[in-house]
Amino acid sequence: MVALPSRHKSLVLLAGVIVLQILLLAVQIKRDSQGRLIRVWTVGAVSPFERAGSNGFGWIRNTWRHYFALQNTTRENEEIHRENDTLKLQLSQLQGKAAEADRLAALLNFRESHAEVPMIAARVIGVSAGTASLTIQLDRGERDGIRKNMGVITPDGVVGKVVETYPNAAQVLLLTDKESGVGAMMADSRIQSPVGGQGEPLLVMKYVPNDDTVNVGERVITSGMDRIFPRDLPVGTVTEIKSGNPFKQIRIKPAANLERLEEVLVLKTLRPLETKTEENPADAKPAAPSAATPPPAARR
Amino acid sequence: MNDAFDIRGESHIEVHKFRAGAIIIATLLALVIQSSFPIHFAKAAVLDLPLLVTIYFGLSRRNPSTGLLLGMFIGLLQDSLSGPTVPLGLYGIAKTIIGYLASSIGARLDTEHPAARFALTFAFFITHQGLIVLTRRMLLAQPEPWFNMHLIVAALVNAIVAVVLFLLLDRLRKN
Repeated sequence: MVALPSRHKSLVLLAGVIVLQILLLAVQIKRDSQGRLIRVWTVGAVSPFERAGSNGFGWIRNTWRHYFALQNTTRENEEIHRENDTLKLQLSQLQGKAAEADRLAALLNFRESHAEVPMIAARVIGVSAGTASLTIQLDRGERDGIRKNMGVITPDGVVGKVVETYPNAAQVLLLTDKESGVGAMMADSRIQSPVGGQGEPLLVMKYVPNDDTVNVGERVITSGMDRIFPRDLPVGTVTEIKSGNPFKQIRIKPAANLERLEEVLVLKTLRPLETKTEENPADAKPAAPSAATPPPAARR
Repeated sequence: MNDAFDIRGESHIEVHKFRAGAIIIATLLALVIQSSFPIHFAKAAVLDLPLLVTIYFGLSRRNPSTGLLLGMFIGLLQDSLSGPTVPLGLYGIAKTIIGYLASSIGARLDTEHPAARFALTFAFFITHQGLIVLTRRMLLAQPEPWFNMHLIVAALVNAIVAVVLFLLLDRLRKN
C-alpha cells in the first residue's frame, strides 16, 4: 500500500471530515416539500445513474426487441402472411357459404311456401359464352327430371325457362334475352300483357294500350297465362313509361337479379300451376289444364 | 517541544505543546463564554471566541490534521450550543477548514507576532464567515449577503481581541 505524504494525509482527512459534516447537515435539514436534504441529495445523486441505467436498460431492451428479437420476424411475418391469406380464404369461403346458406334458406322457404308446386333447386354452373344470347347453365338435367320449357325462378322473381336439357345439365334462357318472354300483369291495375327481353338489363311490357293507366314503380307479376310460371310471381317493377303507337312502351326492371344468379329453382312440371294468393284465395287454382299447349309468352 | 524543519533546513518553526487539558479547557471556556456572555452584553455577540481558539491552536500546533480535527470538534460543539436553528455542521465545516488553514499557515509563517496574529485572525474571520454564508446558500438554501460593513467591524473586533487572547493563551504553552 502506498503511503501518503503527511500533507496529503491531512488533505484527505480534511476532505473526509468536510464530507462527513456535509452529510451530517444533510441528515438534519428538511426542505419544504422535498424532505430531508440527505434524501434530496441522495435522489439527486442517484437519479442520474438511475436515469442512465434506465436509458441503458431501455436501449438494451429496445435493441433486443428491435434487432435481435426481430431476427425471427421475417419468418414470423411470412407465417402470419400465410396464415392471414388462409384466414382470408376461409373467411371468404365462410362468407360465401353463409350467403349460400341464406340463399338456400330463402329457396327452401320459398319451396315450403309453395309446397304444391314441384320444384328442384339447381346451381348455376355457367353462363352463355357470347353476347348473342343470355343463358345460364344449371348443374341438373334430365336425370333430375328437368325438361325443356320448365320455368326457372328464384324467391325474388322469374328467371327464365329451360331451353335445353342434358343428362346432368340444363340450359336456361334468361328473361332478358330477346327471345324470352313471360305472361305478366300489373299487380295493381291487373292489366295483362306479356313481358319480354331486349338483350339488355331491362324488360319490356308490350301490348298495353295507351288508354290504360300504368304508373312508374308499379309491380309486375306473373299472370300464369303462359302456363309455365305460377301466378303472382314477381317479374319486376315499372321504371319507365312512354306513349307509343298503338301501345305504351313500358320498361321493367327484373325482380330477380339476373346478373348474379347462383342458385335457382326449376319448376318441375309442365302443367299450368298457380300459387295461393292471400288477397284472393279463390284464384289460387289451375289456370289452364292443358300441359301440351305451348306457353304464349314463352315464345321459344 | 518538538521542532519542525523546513525542507531547506535553513530555519525551523516551533511546534508548541500545551499543558495537559489546556486545549480542552480553553475550548470549553470559549464555548461557555460565547454562549453566556452575550446574554448580559449583547454586543459581545460579534465575538467568535471558538473561532479564535481554533485559530490560535491551529497556528500553534501547526499540524493540519490536528488543526482540522480541533476545528471540527469546536465547530460541532458550537453548533450544538447554537440552538435548533443552527444545524450540526454549519460551524463545524467552517471551523474545520479554518483549523486546517491555520495549521497549514502556522507551519509556514511566523505567527507569533501580534501584527501577524491580527492580520491572520482578520482574514480567517472573513473566511470563516464566507464559509458559513456559502454553506447556508449552497446547502441550506438560506440566502445571506456575502459582505457588509458589520462583517468588517466584527472581523476587526475579533482580530483585536485575538491579539490579546492569544497572549493569554500563550501562557498555557509548555516551556
